[in-house]
Amino acid sequence: MNRLPSTLALGFQRGALEIRQFMRQRESVVFTIFFPLILLMIFGSVFKNTIAPGVTFSQYFVAGMIASGLVNSGFQQLAIVIPLERDFGSLKRLRGTPMPVASYFIGKALLVIASMIAQIVLLLGFGVAFFGLNIPTSAGKWFTFLWLTLLGTATATVLGIAFSIVPKSGRGASAIVSPIVIILQFFSGVFFVFTQLPSWMQHVAAIFPLKWLTQGMRSVFLPDSFTSQEVAHSWENGRTCAVLVAWLVLGLIFAIKKFRWSN
Amino acid sequence: MSVIEVRGLRKSYGENLAVAGIDLSIAQGEIFALLGPNGAGKTTTVEILEGFRDRDSGEISVLGHDPQRSDKSGRIWRNRIGIVLQATSDAGDLRVSECIEHFAKYYSNPRDPESVIAAVGLSEKREDLIRNLSGGQRRRLDVALGIIGNPELLFLDEPTTGFDPEARRAFWELIRSLQSDGTTILLTTHYLDEAEALADRVAVINHGKILEIATPQKLGGRSTSLTKVQWLENGEIRSEESSEPTAVVKRLASQFPGEIPGLTISRPTLEDVYLAMIGGAE
Repeated sequence: MNRLPSTLALGFQRGALEIRQFMRQRESVVFTIFFPLILLMIFGSVFKNTIAPGVTFSQYFVAGMIASGLVNSGFQQLAIVIPLERDFGSLKRLRGTPMPVASYFIGKALLVIASMIAQIVLLLGFGVAFFGLNIPTSAGKWFTFLWLTLLGTATATVLGIAFSIVPKSGRGASAIVSPIVIILQFFSGVFFVFTQLPSWMQHVAAIFPLKWLTQGMRSVFLPDSFTSQEVAHSWENGRTCAVLVAWLVLGLIFAIKKFRWSN
Repeated sequence: MSVIEVRGLRKSYGENLAVAGIDLSIAQGEIFALLGPNGAGKTTTVEILEGFRDRDSGEISVLGHDPQRSDKSGRIWRNRIGIVLQATSDAGDLRVSECIEHFAKYYSNPRDPESVIAAVGLSEKREDLIRNLSGGQRRRLDVALGIIGNPELLFLDEPTTGFDPEARRAFWELIRSLQSDGTTILLTTHYLDEAEALADRVAVINHGKILEIATPQKLGGRSTSLTKVQWLENGEIRSEESSEPTAVVKRLASQFPGEIPGLTISRPTLEDVYLAMIGGAE
């Protein structure tokens, strides 16, 4: 008898399969990958103003769109798709095989990473080509971008898996999850300059990861002079990291304890 | 040696007692069919054996393992069993061959995907997207995914729902060939002809209890019950039930000048005895 394959190896197999399935679902490809781009086109064309010296609204908006891209393709996608997989019986079928649950989670995370890479390339490419987007030049900013994207992906993935317990059925999932994400986007300074929002909105947003992800992305894409317009007059990247890690741990505990394979 | 051993299994959902004390022992290499009306406790019993549900009380051993254990040994145990669930509708965006090849990777000692695809009769559909398969073809894919891991024990939950008669015959052949390889099979089905064609023993379950376990030939006293002899006399259907049908036929043969008109001799079918048992339990 041969040995059972490792959890990680099966995770990569799952990831490859998830990506292949995702690419064949035209609606989800359009919605998750091209939707941020369409929003950039609309907002970038409508708001041509500068919000601070040397900072166009498009520049501000790209930071927010990348942050909310993590929430869309991690949290929103998974919290909607997993209840559907539960309804269709795919999860129950997987439960009946020797594939470990961790491999399933790894596969989902790889799908989110792949979809993030596609979104980021498109957003930055179009931003530079059509909206005068400035790409960071310092290695430090790219390093921030890297850890923020990876940590954000992990957190969003885990929270999506954890939240997939909430919807009672696959059909109802979208109606529960989508409004949460849209409201969070408004509250977290994705569409508007954060400090111009009412302070109660700012306080609510500060509990959730999206506000911190957005702020972290601004630290990458906006000049450091913009910190004068931030709440704490600094980028607070250390605090961003702490908040994201806290949500990651919380989500992980919840996902492992409460994950359900069938209704 | 028994592959499945169940003693005093009980499970209730709130007030409703779904399984009310079941004992079972299924031997290696046996095809065992579980029969019973909807809501009888069949699915609950099978799902407890498959490790999908926890029991309230009772002792269970499936391939020497307690399905309720959720430590590392669970993975090694799952590597040895195969499960064909009731109709599913997942993985529509994959091709048949992709899906089967992918599932083969989960196991330490899988069957060859190509030979499994051929065995379930999907060779011509191997490049088709799963969402484009017919109901019966989908069901055959489910079976393929259940046997890809080369299981010692296979659970089949209503495997031939939606099959045409020809596909069912082919499926039965497949199941028999799995048995001849030494696979133990626990089958639940609504088709009594299927149970009769495949099962070494059947158990009839109702209201969470087993009414009887026997071979399909002996269930419900079928082998010793009266035989019905029926014929036509003066344009009317006549019949007589007897424990000595040959004597009845001899008597009729002397009564009629040539052939006995409209003669049929029948013993109760599995369906007859099953319905009598289920009805009697109401």
